[in-house]
Amino acid sequence: MGAGDYRGPKVLIPVGLGLNCEAETAHAFRSLGVEPDLVHLTDLFAQRGPRPLADYQVIAFIGGFSYGDHVAGGLVLATRLRAHLADDLRDFLDRGGLAIGICNGFQTLVRLGLLPGPDSGAHDFVQRADLGPNDRLGYRDAWVRLRVEPDTRCLWTRGLESVELPARHGEGKFLTEPAQLVDQLAEDGRVALRYVDAAGRPTEQWPWNPNGSAGGIAGICDRSGRVFGLMPHPDAFLHPWHHPDWRRQRAPETLEPAGLALFRAGLEAARELV
Amino acid sequence: MNTTTRIEIGIRPEQVDSRGVSVAHRIRTLLGIPIERVRTRDVYHVQPALSDEQAERVARAFAGPVLRRGAVGRIEGSDFDVAVAVGFRPGVTDPVAHSAKVAIEDLLGLEPGRCEAVFTSRLYLLSGVSLADAERIARELLANEVIERISIQSREQWEASEPDLDVPRVVDSQVPETRTISLEVEDAELERLSREMLLALSLGEMRVIRDFFRRAGDDPGRRAAGLGSEPTDAELECLAQTWSEHCKHKIMSATIRYRAPGEPEQTIDSLFGTYIKGATRAVEAAIEQREGRSWLVSVFDDNAGVIAATDRHHLVYKVETHNSPSALDPYGGAITGIVGVNRDPFGTGMGAELLANVWGYCFAAPDWKGELPAGLLHPRRIREGVHRGVIDGGNQSGIPYARGFEFFDERFLGKPLVYCGTVGRMPVEVAGRPAHLKAARPGDRIVMVGGRIGKDGIHGATFSSAELTEESPVQAVQIGDPITEKMMFDFLIEARDLGLYSAITDNGAGGLSSSVGEMAQACGGARMDLARAPLKYQGLAPWEVLVSEAQERMTIAVPPENLQRLIDLARRREVEATDLGEFTDSGVFHCLWGERTVTYLPMDFLHGGLPPMELEARFEPVEIAEPERLPLPEAAGVLASEIRAFVARHNLASSEDLCRVYDHEVKGLTVVKPWIGVHRDVPAEASVFQIDHGSWEGYALAEGIFPTYSDIDAHAMAQAAVDLSLRRLLAAGARPDRIAALDNFCWPDPLPGATNPDAEHKLAQLVRTCRGLYEACTAYGMPLISGKDSMKNDAVIGGRRISIPPTLLVSAIGLVPDVRMAMTLEVPDRRQEILMLGATAEELGGSQWAAHRGVAFPQVPRCRPAAWAGRYRAVAGVIRDRLVQAVCVPALGGLMPALLRLARAGDVGLEVDLAALPVEGEVGWEARLFGESCGRMLLCSRPEDRDEILTRLAGEPVAPIGRLGDDGRLRVRSGEHMLVDQSVETLVACWRGEAAGEEG
Repeated sequence: MGAGDYRGPKVLIPVGLGLNCEAETAHAFRSLGVEPDLVHLTDLFAQRGPRPLADYQVIAFIGGFSYGDHVAGGLVLATRLRAHLADDLRDFLDRGGLAIGICNGFQTLVRLGLLPGPDSGAHDFVQRADLGPNDRLGYRDAWVRLRVEPDTRCLWTRGLESVELPARHGEGKFLTEPAQLVDQLAEDGRVALRYVDAAGRPTEQWPWNPNGSAGGIAGICDRSGRVFGLMPHPDAFLHPWHHPDWRRQRAPETLEPAGLALFRAGLEAARELV
Repeated sequence: MNTTTRIEIGIRPEQVDSRGVSVAHRIRTLLGIPIERVRTRDVYHVQPALSDEQAERVARAFAGPVLRRGAVGRIEGSDFDVAVAVGFRPGVTDPVAHSAKVAIEDLLGLEPGRCEAVFTSRLYLLSGVSLADAERIARELLANEVIERISIQSREQWEASEPDLDVPRVVDSQVPETRTISLEVEDAELERLSREMLLALSLGEMRVIRDFFRRAGDDPGRRAAGLGSEPTDAELECLAQTWSEHCKHKIMSATIRYRAPGEPEQTIDSLFGTYIKGATRAVEAAIEQREGRSWLVSVFDDNAGVIAATDRHHLVYKVETHNSPSALDPYGGAITGIVGVNRDPFGTGMGAELLANVWGYCFAAPDWKGELPAGLLHPRRIREGVHRGVIDGGNQSGIPYARGFEFFDERFLGKPLVYCGTVGRMPVEVAGRPAHLKAARPGDRIVMVGGRIGKDGIHGATFSSAELTEESPVQAVQIGDPITEKMMFDFLIEARDLGLYSAITDNGAGGLSSSVGEMAQACGGARMDLARAPLKYQGLAPWEVLVSEAQERMTIAVPPENLQRLIDLARRREVEATDLGEFTDSGVFHCLWGERTVTYLPMDFLHGGLPPMELEARFEPVEIAEPERLPLPEAAGVLASEIRAFVARHNLASSEDLCRVYDHEVKGLTVVKPWIGVHRDVPAEASVFQIDHGSWEGYALAEGIFPTYSDIDAHAMAQAAVDLSLRRLLAAGARPDRIAALDNFCWPDPLPGATNPDAEHKLAQLVRTCRGLYEACTAYGMPLISGKDSMKNDAVIGGRRISIPPTLLVSAIGLVPDVRMAMTLEVPDRRQEILMLGATAEELGGSQWAAHRGVAFPQVPRCRPAAWAGRYRAVAGVIRDRLVQAVCVPALGGLMPALLRLARAGDVGLEVDLAALPVEGEVGWEARLFGESCGRMLLCSRPEDRDEILTRLAGEPVAPIGRLGDDGRLRVRSGEHMLVDQSVETLVACWRGEAAGEEG
């Protein structure tokens, strides 16, 4: 297939300024037949070319340490996005664009106000929730089990029931003010993923839940279901040999890479836009 | 009218202040002070002052609506007894400040630069402590006064005072000037100059410099530049950096007369040339003979070693030490260690992308209860700070860690060893040219990229070439800033792929004097104006600009036609790039400050003027009598508590929880993670990575280190390290003919001196280490592709010398043709028997069991590399052909901990018989169970494959010694006699530090 024949969704991965998961996130899309554009955030801020987001159906806000997690994780980047790209992002979302925020990208979307977003109407870029330091202070890299909420609006988890992914963060405890807002979000289908224990029950207990999030919340979406953020890394489970247990499997190639499945679901939802 | 706005951010009262909770916990457990509560605040001082409305907006934005609250001035209404404020000293790198400044400008819609400066600090509000306790808490736990300042106020003082608007601005009115120094003085005066200027040059070297300048006074070029027969301060500093032990490796290049009882006297002209380079050349010749061409791409002439890996990529590897700075400021020293070594592969060839980090630390035990000499930090503090530094440096740079180890011995009290290494991937070609080659050409611009220059890190190279004292210089400590570096790397990779520069190197030890001085060797000279260099603050003398080791800087050579494009791209990426001058072919390293010359040094003197050292080495073998042997325990219960205490020893215990704070899978290329097994808490023998997405070609990393073996013979220490690193790679499925190694020597001072009576013996151990290394590497076909030596690992405190044991770290890298075929010690099922390959000998000298029993044994584990090379080729075939299902390598602590790892990884029980072990000579039960004999591997295989394995390994000492079991117990017999019969779970609890096991 020549590049000119491509009819699928176009994917943007903003890079730079301390973000660092561009290679694996790009590989995820490539594995699914989509060649993403990696564009430096400073070029997006400088508005090189007329509407920098106009061509895209999907934006992946990747993981990393934008501005070193200084002040608070994702805060400096969110401040810059709000200052330089708020109108473009609003247009993008109005057109029905999909966005995923992974780890630092999730923190950024929460501080930008896109997650969990307003209860009705268009996005207003007002921060309503926060991701606080893990109860057990500090960064931790360990695999977790997640349950996909059956009634979630999220398009990125469509068709999935449970997934295993590595959590790699120090600030992942989902918080709202007031705290009961969490229940409203759940009722509204905006909770997408919860950490579960060995028996598959949502948990606040370490190490099943690495940060102590209320109700085990690991990922949420906005009311449209198109904007999705999660702390664990789907970009880190793209083939069976990423899984910690592959050496003890009789046929590792049959392990389903759950991270890739999330990206596939997002792309499928985006195809409806094209 | 205030010139400064103060903003305080704290946690809302109804939310958990987890940082405060954690600090309170550490105060209780580490200092034993029963504190009630700690609350923490982040404080931002902003200059120039913001309007009230602006300040409120910043406070609200920084706090957010849920977890935190912010206030201009102070957050009022808190309940506490003592307030402790901790901020940086003037001039110390404050990375958060830069990010905060960017956020404030964008938030308020200010032009970049309108917010001139931000200073950050932390405030701890302590409840339930006295002022005196608070003082102790501040000094021993919250702050390091080398880089931070503390202010302590009682509640009353706090309330009576205004919010503190004091900022650590550098106030220095020094006018940048260059002075000349007369060397026409007495010898004693030359020595005094070297000492007081921290030049770390010997009298002989000072005399060579004096004689040079006598002649140079007549050089017309020098006269035309306005200089005469006296060197400038910048010239002396530049020579001192370039000639430092750190940069020139004088000891490894010295002419050494070696003597040992019963051996003929030998004169060695350069240990490095003879044994290190010599080994690599010999291995390379063998490779060329066997394969027609070598897979060594670039060794010894660049910042890191380069080997061929795939059609598209070479692999680049370097391991460094950052010992002295980590002793003074563990966090800053260690973070600088890791982000500093990142720049080595990055500055190799035209630049490599970074794939994985490794680290390893040698400390005194964290629960050290002995006397702590003044001027030394407690090993627990050093350990905490070092881990935090390397964690932040690696995680924030987005580089996974691949390997990590800790080794504890009380002699590391004086100087901890902090090893940091990085693997990179270099495209075979960039911009149409081979990427491993580079050369600055005359006319190329000298461009410095990245961070600004300050007084931080001045004299780092010469400081690390001296012993630690109470007066060690504060400015020798740098604090790495991973985010500045990451942004610089991203920019440089873009510039590399656009072909904008012709050479690159890093600014590490010696700063610009080293980086530009080294690059200028390719073309034959350089001319640069130091006054153009961007500074963190004013007041630096030209020589300080020249030798500052301020971090996050690379130097590149840019063809003039590319300069504007490069500068424009840098500006777009918010990275600083400054044109300092040009590379020339004048034969002179010529630095100016504006119009005025500050150095005019001929390149051949700068790089070739240093005379080789002449040293004496004399080996004094230690005599150790055979200790009393323990009788065979009568029943399994006798040893039970001993075994539990043994596996809980600091050197053997699991550090999984600690290691999980390091990211190990960012980049998505990790296939065998550092911690594996059913419970994911067993260290992998080697870690395995893909080289690129979409390809299954990969590499494995492992290491070997045995500091205590050098107590008996450093020759054995070196070979054991090589041997272990090799066995571990083979156990992961690496190709035996594609394994390379790195050597890192950390030594106690081997130069004679009044306070160093056994210098000749230490040098002899260095000679023996190099010989051992040479023999092992040539026999195993492992080229040494890069290395480093650190020769002054002593502290002289209060007249007492604390020296480390001579220590060689061997870090090995091997290619794995298909990572999906990688091997580990995880058994897939219980249908396995256990075979031991390799003989166990009566070799308990220097072992963990010897340390545990507190007795010395005479025989240290010895390798027979020439005999074992064939064994390793054979077993590599057995592993490749899947005749075995899991491979475990006995290492520190011998068989016992290896069996525990094997059982835990597969969540199985097992039973072995010590009487079945292949042995060499008479071997007692202690050596069988705890001896660390080299050359051994435990192979797990299906019973039906046993004959094939034994056929393939014919002639080798190999025997079935046991089998897996399903009752969760670990049993060790000696014939009919049961020595160990314990549940794996209980042993694991001790090994993980989760049981009340005795500490060893």
